[in-house]
Amino acid sequence: MEWEAPAIVLAVRPFGEGDAIATVMTEAHGLHRGLARGAQARLRAALWQPGNLVQLRWVGRLADQLGSFSAEMVHPTAALALDDALALAMLTAVCAVAEGALPEREPHPRVFDGLLHLLARLAQGPSMLDALIRWEADLLTDLGYGLDLARCAVTGSREDLAFVSPRSGCAVSEAGAGQWRERLLPLPTLLLGQAPGTARDWRDGLRLTGHFLARDVFGLQHKPLPPARLRLPDLLPPDPASPDPPPPDPSGAATPLP
Amino acid sequence: MGGPEIERLIGLLAKLPGLGPRSARRTALRLLQQPEARMLPLAAALAEAARAVRPCGLCGNLDSADPCTICTDADRDGGLICVVEGVGDLWALERAHVHRGRYHVLGGTLSALAGIAPEDLNVAPLLARARAGGVREIILALGATVDGATTMHWLTEKLRPLGVAVSRVGQGMPMGGALDVLDDGTLAAALRARQPL
Repeated sequence: MEWEAPAIVLAVRPFGEGDAIATVMTEAHGLHRGLARGAQARLRAALWQPGNLVQLRWVGRLADQLGSFSAEMVHPTAALALDDALALAMLTAVCAVAEGALPEREPHPRVFDGLLHLLARLAQGPSMLDALIRWEADLLTDLGYGLDLARCAVTGSREDLAFVSPRSGCAVSEAGAGQWRERLLPLPTLLLGQAPGTARDWRDGLRLTGHFLARDVFGLQHKPLPPARLRLPDLLPPDPASPDPPPPDPSGAATPLP
Repeated sequence: MGGPEIERLIGLLAKLPGLGPRSARRTALRLLQQPEARMLPLAAALAEAARAVRPCGLCGNLDSADPCTICTDADRDGGLICVVEGVGDLWALERAHVHRGRYHVLGGTLSALAGIAPEDLNVAPLLARARAGGVREIILALGATVDGATTMHWLTEKLRPLGVAVSRVGQGMPMGGALDVLDDGTLAAALRARQPL
């Protein structure tokens, strides 16, 4: 048996001296694992980096076997993100979340398309955090844990939605928040499609999707959120409206990296 | 085949990098055929190395002296530290005679997949060396991989507030390399790192 499709490399684990077990995602086959022969070799290592888009061929004797992969590079996403700390952090976070959250061999075309577009535009900088947060919300929806942001769970209003209940995932309006305001999660406007995100929206958005990913997706597998995703909020640009801006760089010395 | 001793020897050799069961049998046979000339000196060398060689307490290099001979070499520039992933990388740089400063061996790279966190790496002694003063520049010579770059950004974040200049090794065209055989990622890195002539 064999098939060929464009695929995103999500994870690569060394297997033996030169091979690796690669986890990829395709539109039609979903998350799929396979043996990538020679993936640790000097000439092939650049291909098998998380985030890369490859044209993949899977061959196995039976459909339920691990099978083996061979691939050609289509877009070297990883190499293009190496110099940018935030782009690299976004890349590792989404790959780790997809690898840990999605069930194996179950197609999720919307998640694949979202991931593809996100990875292709990582170089656009912090504005891609909008796409990342929306992709995580779509991932939750595809896995059956979607947020209900259509109307306020308390008043039924469609206006002034400002919070999300951490228990039900339903939106709550300013007026409906009442005494529970402090316990609700802020709802960034970017998830309502109203405006591009700000630094505060990105923090709120990552906190919101992170909460439901941790509780409903990874929690059910008795796993924490991947470290790469946990660390992502630390790398966000500072929020100008924040009362405690991060301290200035005490060295003041220019460093050539990154 | 020839007793449990030979089987055990073949089994242990087959676990070494680059050797499989077949090449382990060939190696064992060659050793057994010349025990005086090859096997006993090898056994003595292995035992001696296992007894004497330890990681250097300062940089993590493997040496029979602690601190290692590189750390105690007065001719080397103590203000320049090259950070490498493993001892193999240190040996490669020493072979090329291109770095006359000192080293720091991290013992791996951060990896979310493999569960390697900062506390699993030899990072704290590096920060202590940078904090102790006398270090002018730290060169990060880590692999051009997602894990290598993640480690590099993380280290930069930690080292920058200590007032030490941080740089990294270049990426791009290899010596003798032709453009048409390079992968897309290397080509992109080479173009990004272009220099005026």
